[in-house]
Amino acid sequence: MKSSSPAPPREAERPGPAEAPIDAATAEPGTALPPRRIVVWLDRFAPVLTFAGLIVAWEAAARFFEIPSFLLPAPSAILAAGLAVPGTVWVGHIWATLRVALMGFALATVVSIPLAVALTYSRLLSRTLYPILIIIQSTPIVAIAPIIVVTLGASDLPRVVITFLITFFPIVVTTATGLLATPEELIELSRSLRAPRIREIVHIRLPYAVPYIFSALKIATTLAVIGAVVAEFVAAERGLGFFILFSTSYFKIPQAFAGLAVLVTLSLVLFRLVGLAQGWFAPWSLPKSAR
Amino acid sequence: MTTLPPVIRFAEVGQTFGKDDGTAVTAIESVTFDIGRHEFLAVLGPSGCGKSTLLRLIAGLIRPSRGRIEIYGTAVTEPRDEIGIVFQRPTLLPWFDVLGNVTFPMRHKYGRVTDAERARARELLDLVGLSDFSDKAIDALSGGMQQRVAIARALLLDPDILLMDEPFSALDALTRDEMSLELLRIWTERPKTVLFITHSIPEALLLADRVIVMTARPGRVREIIEVPLGRPRSMTTLAEPAFHAIANHIREELFSRTAA
Repeated sequence: MKSSSPAPPREAERPGPAEAPIDAATAEPGTALPPRRIVVWLDRFAPVLTFAGLIVAWEAAARFFEIPSFLLPAPSAILAAGLAVPGTVWVGHIWATLRVALMGFALATVVSIPLAVALTYSRLLSRTLYPILIIIQSTPIVAIAPIIVVTLGASDLPRVVITFLITFFPIVVTTATGLLATPEELIELSRSLRAPRIREIVHIRLPYAVPYIFSALKIATTLAVIGAVVAEFVAAERGLGFFILFSTSYFKIPQAFAGLAVLVTLSLVLFRLVGLAQGWFAPWSLPKSAR
Repeated sequence: MTTLPPVIRFAEVGQTFGKDDGTAVTAIESVTFDIGRHEFLAVLGPSGCGKSTLLRLIAGLIRPSRGRIEIYGTAVTEPRDEIGIVFQRPTLLPWFDVLGNVTFPMRHKYGRVTDAERARARELLDLVGLSDFSDKAIDALSGGMQQRVAIARALLLDPDILLMDEPFSALDALTRDEMSLELLRIWTERPKTVLFITHSIPEALLLADRVIVMTARPGRVREIIEVPLGRPRSMTTLAEPAFHAIANHIREELFSRTAA
């Protein structure tokens, strides 16, 4: 007799939601719409509605109180200023910032994950390198950015280095946390099989750290954009950071805000791309509801 | 069984762990027993009696502080190929499907999985009653099914010795009974020398040929009991007068110790 435990409760899940609104409607007679439907609808569009509401309130406040545009430009003014800038100019600035952010991000990823493995496996490395990493992390990179530019010259190199310095630390710490979160039993299984140590890392610890690594990479995308902008504030003749600085110094505040809006959009897109990459490459690492 | 040399021999084994604050904790002390070929031995005791330490010593994952442990007459100094382990939690790998988890020891030890091993893994899935689930994701399985996969994984490299560390303690009571009977069936089809750690008296008596009753802190062998129940066993075995007599005896053993 090999009848195993009952099948996973898929059938049990199916009926519920479809019938629920009817129950809710009969439970509360007199309401025009079943309340459940509004709740579902609100839940679905809440982020968009909040954002739209904010923009409308902002626009209304700017018009009603006649706030000068150099203090807080209305969204319509920002949009107009943004559209006034030629598309090719936008593309040039976006590409300059994106290139530095992506290079810094890639460098941080390539360095941080092996570094996290080394720190996890070697007590000596952990004792020697970890304090240095914390010192680097505690140093305000914005403050030493000008020094880095002077030292490394006016190429992409200092910008990538600044981006790297702002980005790498969360990846190291979060990856190390993930590597150490592996169940002890699996490590014992590996030891009991006398498998090579490298396979313990590649087959067990690194895959276990994947959800942690993706969380770190999500944070790292936004930090990389910040890093690129910091570098452009110090020394650049292109890029969105430079564009904002330049617009502000000519008192074109709506145009500076347009640059900021593009920057935020860029950050959000990168953040979302990491989420999508996780869905493609490691769907098992997402909670069931997010697949 | 007694004429053959023991598969596993513990001789006056003691284990002391040093803690970070400089103090030392003795987990087990003067533990001596033998396990015969294809014998099913249960180790029963309160928490903190060093049951899991026994298992890790046999597996070669830790070295004993005192005494000697032998498998087939040679001292255990490192993990050996004859051993398969089932842990308290299934600890399966969510990035592999069921078949990938069963073949994992092969992949992990030798770096690749041959078609022959895959066929063997399918046989084992059939043995544990999961033949239709080989390509399912791990999180689509219930706790009992996951532990079945873990048993199949432990059997992949065809070990002579199966070490089980409270494998059913995380399951609900009904699934637990079902799994105990399943384990008996599997053990009958594929005879192994089994060391089964548990804190459940009925579970120990239902499964084992002999039961080692341990005392707590430090863990010592209180008594080694031959289970006087015939095989094959089933849930009706639990209703036999002999079962109740022996269960009461063990309960007295365990409680007289705590009262002392």
